[in-house]
Amino acid sequence: MPVKIMATEQRITAFLEGEIDHHSAPEIRNEIDDAIQMYKPKVLKLDYSDVTFMDSSGVGLVMGRYRALTPFGGKIIVSNLSYSVYKIMKLAGIEKIAKISQREEK
Amino acid sequence: MNIINDFKLTIDSKSVNEGFSRCAVSAFATQLDPTIEEISDIKMAVSEAVTNCIVHAYPQSVGKIYIHCSILEKNTLKISIRDKGCGISNVKQAMEPLFTTLGGERAGLGFAVMESFTDRISVRSIINKGTTVTMYKKIRGRAIL
Repeated sequence: MPVKIMATEQRITAFLEGEIDHHSAPEIRNEIDDAIQMYKPKVLKLDYSDVTFMDSSGVGLVMGRYRALTPFGGKIIVSNLSYSVYKIMKLAGIEKIAKISQREEK
Repeated sequence: MNIINDFKLTIDSKSVNEGFSRCAVSAFATQLDPTIEEISDIKMAVSEAVTNCIVHAYPQSVGKIYIHCSILEKNTLKISIRDKGCGISNVKQAMEPLFTTLGGERAGLGFAVMESFTDRISVRSIINKGTTVTMYKKIRGRAIL
């Protein structure tokens, strides 16, 4: 499974894993949307610590979840981005709809 | 420019091949001694071009995607990705950031990513004949450090 989900009433944290592309995105999207519908969280945190690759399909994933959360006022936090994933998020202007942060250098 | 080395790869337009194609091109590029960031840029650009073929060129069917990758003089990588699909009616519009014909989960960033993460891109398309995307990227490797 490319995503592990930890949920409480207020907050869902989704730990994404491996490569996010047009092939893998639908499964990740379905898992997160099921959790959103169940918990209607105030905060959705997407943790990219274990993401090894992402293309613009991953940007679509964040934009789509933003739309899913908006009806009940939920916010998105996108954290632990690698430098290259951070670059593509910035290119898309994702910081306008979500709080984004890079990984700390090891 | 003289071709120093090249390879050709033909794949089915199935989404499972997105990972395979970007890894094949980036593995070929390793002989230019790229940095990790350059490898990542190449993978992203190839992934976007191949995904476009799968999603847009052959929307209802499985067709062939032709990848031709060359190493040119001056450490330049040339990547050509061609399909025989439906073609793009307005290339200029298709290349505008955030333009997408699909909406929903597609960000409309494919060409913007290809443009940002390579040095030069050209797109040739003929309706019902297909599209060729050609990208050039000079690999600077560790020389930039």
